[in-house]
Amino acid sequence: MFAYIVRRVLATIPVMAIVALFVFSLLYIAPGDPAAVIAGDQATPADVERIRASLGLDRPFLVRFGEWVFRILRGDLGVSIFTNLPVTRMIAQRIEPTLSLMVVTLFLAISIAVPMGVVAAWKAGSWIDRAVMAFAVLGFSVPVFVVGYLLAYYFALELDWFPVQGYTPFAEGLGPWLSNLVLPSVALGGVYIALIARITRATMLEVLQQDYIRTARAKGAGQGTMLFVHALKNAAVPIVTVIGIGVALLIGGAVVTESVFAIPGLGRLTVDAILRRDYPVIQGVILLFSFVYVLVNLLIDLSYTLFDPRIRY
Amino acid sequence: MERRSFLKLAAGAGGATALGGGLAAPALAQGAGARTLRFVPQANLANFDPIWGTQYVVRNAAMLVWDTLYGFDSKLQPQRQMVESEEVSADGLTWTFKLRSGLKFHDGEPVLAKDAVASMARWAVRDPMGQMIRAIQNELVAVDDRTFRWSLKQPYPKMLLALAKNNSPCSFVMPERIAKTDPFQQITEYVGSGPFRFVKDEWVPGAKASFAKFDGYVPREEAADWMAGGKRVMVDKVEWVIMPDPATASSALQNGEVDWWENPIADLVPLLKRNRNVNVDIADPLGNVGSFRMNHLHAPFNDPRARRAVMMALSQEDYMRALVGDNPELWKSMPSFFTPGTPLYTEVGGDILKGKRDYEGAKKLLKEAGYDGQPITILVAQDQPITKAFGDVSADLLKRIGMNVDFVATDWGTVGSRRAMKNPPGQGGWHIFHTWHAGADCINPAAYTAIRANGDGAWFGWPKSEAIEAARDAWFAAPDMTAEKAAIDKLNKEAMDFGLYAPTGFFLSYQAWRKNVSGVVKAPIPFFWGVTKS
Repeated sequence: MFAYIVRRVLATIPVMAIVALFVFSLLYIAPGDPAAVIAGDQATPADVERIRASLGLDRPFLVRFGEWVFRILRGDLGVSIFTNLPVTRMIAQRIEPTLSLMVVTLFLAISIAVPMGVVAAWKAGSWIDRAVMAFAVLGFSVPVFVVGYLLAYYFALELDWFPVQGYTPFAEGLGPWLSNLVLPSVALGGVYIALIARITRATMLEVLQQDYIRTARAKGAGQGTMLFVHALKNAAVPIVTVIGIGVALLIGGAVVTESVFAIPGLGRLTVDAILRRDYPVIQGVILLFSFVYVLVNLLIDLSYTLFDPRIRY
Repeated sequence: MERRSFLKLAAGAGGATALGGGLAAPALAQGAGARTLRFVPQANLANFDPIWGTQYVVRNAAMLVWDTLYGFDSKLQPQRQMVESEEVSADGLTWTFKLRSGLKFHDGEPVLAKDAVASMARWAVRDPMGQMIRAIQNELVAVDDRTFRWSLKQPYPKMLLALAKNNSPCSFVMPERIAKTDPFQQITEYVGSGPFRFVKDEWVPGAKASFAKFDGYVPREEAADWMAGGKRVMVDKVEWVIMPDPATASSALQNGEVDWWENPIADLVPLLKRNRNVNVDIADPLGNVGSFRMNHLHAPFNDPRARRAVMMALSQEDYMRALVGDNPELWKSMPSFFTPGTPLYTEVGGDILKGKRDYEGAKKLLKEAGYDGQPITILVAQDQPITKAFGDVSADLLKRIGMNVDFVATDWGTVGSRRAMKNPPGQGGWHIFHTWHAGADCINPAAYTAIRANGDGAWFGWPKSEAIEAARDAWFAAPDMTAEKAAIDKLNKEAMDFGLYAPTGFFLSYQAWRKNVSGVVKAPIPFFWGVTKS
C-alpha cells in the first residue's frame, strides 16, 4: 500500500510537468497582452511596448519558460503582473472561500444524492423513482447561475434568511460562515446531486438483482440494513469514482457560483486573471487545480480498498 | 429569454422586497458600522500605481490616497489644492510653486518640495501633457522645503491645466523614495498625503480594497468642488467591494449590503428607481464619447473617401439606442469630436454626421475609393457591453453600404493587443475596432490621445494629418478662450473632413446609492469627501 502511494505521488510529477508545459505554451500562443491592459485605453503603442519590455514579456519563449520552471521547482509561483503580489499569497487569500464552498457542496450533495439514488432504485418504476429522475434531469439542465439568481431572489431578498452575496471566514464563527455558503452550495450542488443520484440509482439497481441481496432478504435483513449496508457498500466503487470525477465539475461550477454570489474565491481569481492575461496567476491556479485533481483521484483509488476488500495495492 | 429580461428578473427581487416593505438588513449588513461606506466600483482594483497603470479605476482609487497639486472644479477650472501659491515669470518660462504648510504623508513625514519634484518627474514621463512639458523643460528643482521651480525653454500656457486635469495619469504627489521608481515599473508602497490611507493588509485584488480616514489630512478652507476645495472626510472607512455581476450588485444595494454602486447597467436602473431606499442619478455629467476607429494604414480606410463614406451612413442614434435603450436622458447625437455641454464644444465641420443617413452616397464614395469587396476585419470585444453593442450596429451598417464584413468576436484583452498590430488585416491586423473615451478626456485636446494625427506616434489606427496637428498645436498655444475656440473649430473641421475616426455618440451612465447616504455628487470620478452615512 505504502509503495503504491509513493509510486502514485511520484507519478504526479510527470503529469504536473506536462500540465505546466501545456498551460505555459497555450498562454504563450493565446492572443492578448497584459501590457496593453495595464497601459490603459489612452496609452500610445510606444508606452505599451515599454511596459511589455519592463515585464519581460518580449523575451523568447524558452527563456521565460525556463525561468518559470526554475522558480516553480523552488516553490515560487511568481508574482502577479498586475498586483505585484506573490501568486502564492493571492492563492492563499482566495483558497478558503473556494475550499469552503466545495466542502459544503460536497457534503450537501452526497447527503442528498446518495439516499435519493438508493430510494429511487428501491422504488424503481414508482412515482418516487420518476420524481428523482425528473429532479436529476432538471439539475443537469438548469445552469448554475439561473439557480443562483432564483435562490437569491427567494431566500435572500424575499425571505431574508441569507445574505445575497459575500463570504465570511470560518474564523468569524460557524453560523456566519454557513449563512454565506448555503445558497451558493445549493446552486452549485444541483448538477452534482443529479449526477450522483443517477449513478447511485443505476448501480443500486444492478446490485439489488444480485444473489447475495436475495440471500440477505431470505435471512430476514431489514429493508434499511439491506439497502444501506449490504447493497450500498457493494455499489460504492462506481459512486465514489463519480464523486471524484465530479470534483472537476465543482471547480468549473465554482467559477460561475463565485461570480453570482460575489465570493472572493479561486474561481473569480482565475477568471479575472484570464481576462487580464495575468499569466503567472493563471499558471499558478491551473497548476494548483491540476494537483488537487490528481490528489483527489489518488484518494478515490485508495478509498476503493475500504469498500471492496478484494482490491489490494 | 433575452439577457435584459433575465437580468431584470434576477435583480428584480430587491425592488419587490422594497415595495413589499421587507427591508430587514441581512446578517452581513447588520455587522457593518454606519461609519463604513461600502462602495461597488466600476471594475476590479487590480493594481495600485496610478502612473504605471492608467485605468480609470486605478485613478479613482488613487484620488483617495494621493493628493494633487491642483484640481479641477466642476466648472473644469484648475484650482489650487496642495499648492498655496504659484508665480509665473513675465516671459512665461519659469513657474514657481509653493506648497501649503502642514501637509503630511500617511507615514507621518511632511510633504516637501523634493517629493513634488520627484512625483512630477515620474508623471511627466507617462502623461501626454507631461511629455510636452518635459520636451521643453530646462529644469525641475526644489528651491526649499516648500518651494519648487519648473523652468522651461518656451512658454507653456496650459501648465495649470496639466497639473489639475483629472485624466489619467493625474499628477499625484508621492514621497520622493516612491516617486523615484521607474515610471514603467510598479510601485510597491502606497503612501500618499490624501484624505484616506490605503489599508494594504485588507487588499484582496478582485474582491476588496479598504481606505481608512487619514486623521492627519489638512483640508483646504474652501468648500469641496470635485478635485478642488476642502476634502473633508465624514466616514471612518471606505470599503470597495468588487462585484463582477451587475444583478448581484443590484440585489446587494437594494438589500443594504452595499451603500453605493458606481455604474449600474441601464437594464437594471428602472428596478433601482422603484426602490424607495435607493437614489439613482446620472453619475458623470461629462459622460462618454463612443468611437468607431478605422485603420488608416490599410485599404480601403487609407483613403479618406472610404472613411467619410462610413461616416455619412453612420447613425449615432442606432449606436446609442443599442447601448442605453430608449431612455433619451442617457444619450445625445454629437456631430463633433468634443464633449457636448462643455465650453469648447463645436459642431463646425460635423454636417456629415447630421441628418438622414445616405447609404447610396456611401456606396458611391466607397466605389470611388476603390473598395473592391475585400473583407473588412472588425474586432468586437464581446465581454464589454459597450463594444459589443457598437460592434453589432457596425456590422449591420457596413453590410448596408455593401461591405464584406469579417466579424471577429473576441474579448477586450485580445482587442487590446491586436489593435496594436500594423500588419495587413488578413495577417493579424485589423480594419475597425470600437472603444469609448471618457467625456472628461474629450473636453479639449490636452489629454485626448485619440485626436492626435501624428502618424506612427498617433493612437491606434495611426492617422497622419499635418492640418489636424497644426490645429491642435494652435489650441495649446492659444492665449485666451476666443483663440482656443477658434483652434477647436478648426480642429473639429479638419478631423471630420479627414475622417479621423467616427464618433458614435455621447452617452451617460447612472450611479445609485442608498438613501441613508448623502453628499454623492455628479462627477467624472466618485468623490468620497463630503459623503456621509447615517
